[in-house]
Amino acid sequence: MQKLKMAAAILMSTSLLFGCSNSDNSTSAQKEKEKLPVKEGSEKLDEVALKYREYALSEIEAFVKETETFTSAVKTGDIEGAKETYAPARMHYERAEPIAEVFGDLDPKIDAREGDVPEKEWTGYHRIEKGLWIENTTKGYEQYAEQLMKDVNLLRAKVETVDVTPELLITGAVDLLNEVSTSKVTGEEDRYSHTDLYDFAANVQGAEKIYLLLKPSLMEKDQALSEDIQKQFNSVFGLLEQHKIGEGYKAYTELTKPEVKQLSQSIDALAEPLSQIGVVTEET
Amino acid sequence: MEKNSQNNTDSSLRRISRRNVLKAAGIGGAGMLLGASGIGSFLTSTGNSMTKDETDNNFIPFYGKHQSGIITDMQDHIYFVSLEVTAESRQDLIKLFKDWTNAAAALTEGKGVGEASGKSYLPPKDTGEAAGLSPSNLTITFGVGPGLFVKDGRDRFGLQRKRPKELKDLPLFPLDSLDEKWTGGDICIQACADDLQVAFHAVRNLVRIARGKAVIHWAQTGFQRTKQADLKKETPRNLFGFKDGTVNPDLHNQKELNEQVWVQPEDGTSWLAGGSYMVVRRIQMYIEVWDRSSLRDQEATFGRLRESGAPLGQKHEFDKADYQKKDENSEPVIPMNSHMRLAHGKGQNQILRRSYSYTDGMDPDTGSLDAGLLFICFQRNPDKQFIPMQERLAKQDKLNEYTVHKGSALFACLPGTHKGGYIGETLFS
Ligand code: HEM
Repeated sequence: MQKLKMAAAILMSTSLLFGCSNSDNSTSAQKEKEKLPVKEGSEKLDEVALKYREYALSEIEAFVKETETFTSAVKTGDIEGAKETYAPARMHYERAEPIAEVFGDLDPKIDAREGDVPEKEWTGYHRIEKGLWIENTTKGYEQYAEQLMKDVNLLRAKVETVDVTPELLITGAVDLLNEVSTSKVTGEEDRYSHTDLYDFAANVQGAEKIYLLLKPSLMEKDQALSEDIQKQFNSVFGLLEQHKIGEGYKAYTELTKPEVKQLSQSIDALAEPLSQIGVVTEET
Repeated sequence: MEKNSQNNTDSSLRRISRRNVLKAAGIGGAGMLLGASGIGSFLTSTGNSMTKDETDNNFIPFYGKHQSGIITDMQDHIYFVSLEVTAESRQDLIKLFKDWTNAAAALTEGKGVGEASGKSYLPPKDTGEAAGLSPSNLTITFGVGPGLFVKDGRDRFGLQRKRPKELKDLPLFPLDSLDEKWTGGDICIQACADDLQVAFHAVRNLVRIARGKAVIHWAQTGFQRTKQADLKKETPRNLFGFKDGTVNPDLHNQKELNEQVWVQPEDGTSWLAGGSYMVVRRIQMYIEVWDRSSLRDQEATFGRLRESGAPLGQKHEFDKADYQKKDENSEPVIPMNSHMRLAHGKGQNQILRRSYSYTDGMDPDTGSLDAGLLFICFQRNPDKQFIPMQERLAKQDKLNEYTVHKGSALFACLPGTHKGGYIGETLFS
């Protein structure tokens, strides 16, 4: 996830430039729209995109809040408190990932794993994760907490400028699941805390949100596809449910090999029909 | 198509012309015109793959009385997958077999799956790696395992009463060292082709179509020497260096095939008539151990000469074995515990062997090469053919010193179908 998603980046680049040079975002978004040829149903999709923007912003908002709790626990030396807030805080980021990771400079600062960036530049959640779970300390990590909070605040400010297009949604839904397939399923994401299932669940929830927003349009275009997607979401959530303990999830290391395989295959079964969700942009 | 309903028993059918390929695909003049007017990508993909002269005879019809890939001359490569069904309704399962049938028919013609949509915001229907490649004699064979009928006591698809009594897990034989990861399965797909990429492409797309309905349980590739490498077209050698496949039912003798290979209407399972039972065993061969045994020992193990493939006591590969013949010490020339003698038994029940060699890198437990035989055989009745044979072999075969059975599965390969029908139709109707 540290990688900048090229597709999203390309889609976003024009609007980003706009956003950065123009403080009035709504007008920039409107200008963009005027340039697009008016497609049937495209208005409805634009509405959906706006709703998604609201959702992503509220997730980032919550991410800021919980990062505050997390970083102050680190700064005050409250190891247990920090450990407790680590995974739930990250879930907000993971849900809004299609938007959050548009910022190729910030994403690695917040979310790079060890080895993704040169040791000297390694900051963010996973750096502190290592301190908490491997060294069992917050000492020496105060500066990382400080920096993380700054980066997350900056993210919050920048996210405002993102122009969410229907295309971003469509690629975003599958991208979220691809995240799961390539890094959550392998247990590489949270390799010290083993809280990967939180990220896993959050990615799937983020994808479901997109599906639910597009669902009315999808039902018009291809009802069977929509029902299949819903069914597969249910089965993934059903599996995740089995690994819940209270409000949270089991440690990834507690899963058996067959359980991991089953989760992985259920994501494939979901992502395949979900990858057809682009039919909503088809002209009727 | 009717002409092809004999499937490929008649080898002349394999020399099919481009025109026939198009006909077989159900594309007459009108279809061609449609193609030319830009609908679908049929023409482009067909044009790419079949204009070359040498491709004219490497197409094997998918439709026919029997599925292809059973009595078809062996291709150079196999990609075998065993699947577990996750679909919950009978309807979904039927849909899967219908989609598979259409896709398999297209694939064996060297075409892609589905029409090319040309919609850049959707993933392409076909995965593309076989674009422009010839059909390469691709055959796709579907089989159903016991788990499709009852699993953990559950009759998931209302098929329980249709299960033939022969279709059950194979018994555990002495010395079996089966690993769950290579054992069993609800459905199998055997893709064979003269090109591994073509075979892989077929399996990949069929598995993709099954997403949400079935998952891979295990998979194994296999190979034999390629036809280009063997100009004299001899019997291929296995990884122990011996000709393997000498004694097999005659693929052109319809009577023998009906006796030994094809399930018959009177066998008690009418939906399976025209199908065949397929046994798959993943047999690891200790090639390092074999390599340090003497030539004499090696030949005594099989009961044949390595160089010529002739039975011990004879000169030529296809000479009849003389099991009565004694040497000067009145010992049988073909040892009592030799593989050939034990497999042959009384010679009444045969199997159609269609095995491929495999290699899977290094065996992580021992550091030796993981290599062996993906043993595959077809038969009319496993209770009378494979099982008693393997019982004899597991007890006494000298070959057991050098091999170990790691994987096992039994499937009922469904009868063939005609254009407009689907594989499995007799089972579900
Ligand atoms: C790694 C395992 C095996 C190897 C390397 C192997 C190899 C061979 C070889 C070299 C021959 C002689 C040439 C020929 O007729 O093809 C042969 C014959 C045969 N094998 Fe195997 N085989 C193996 C496993 C099996 C198994 C598991 C079965 C069945 C239970 C089997 C059944 C037969 C039969 C029926 C024949 C022909 C016997 C006859 O002459 O009537 N083989 N095998």
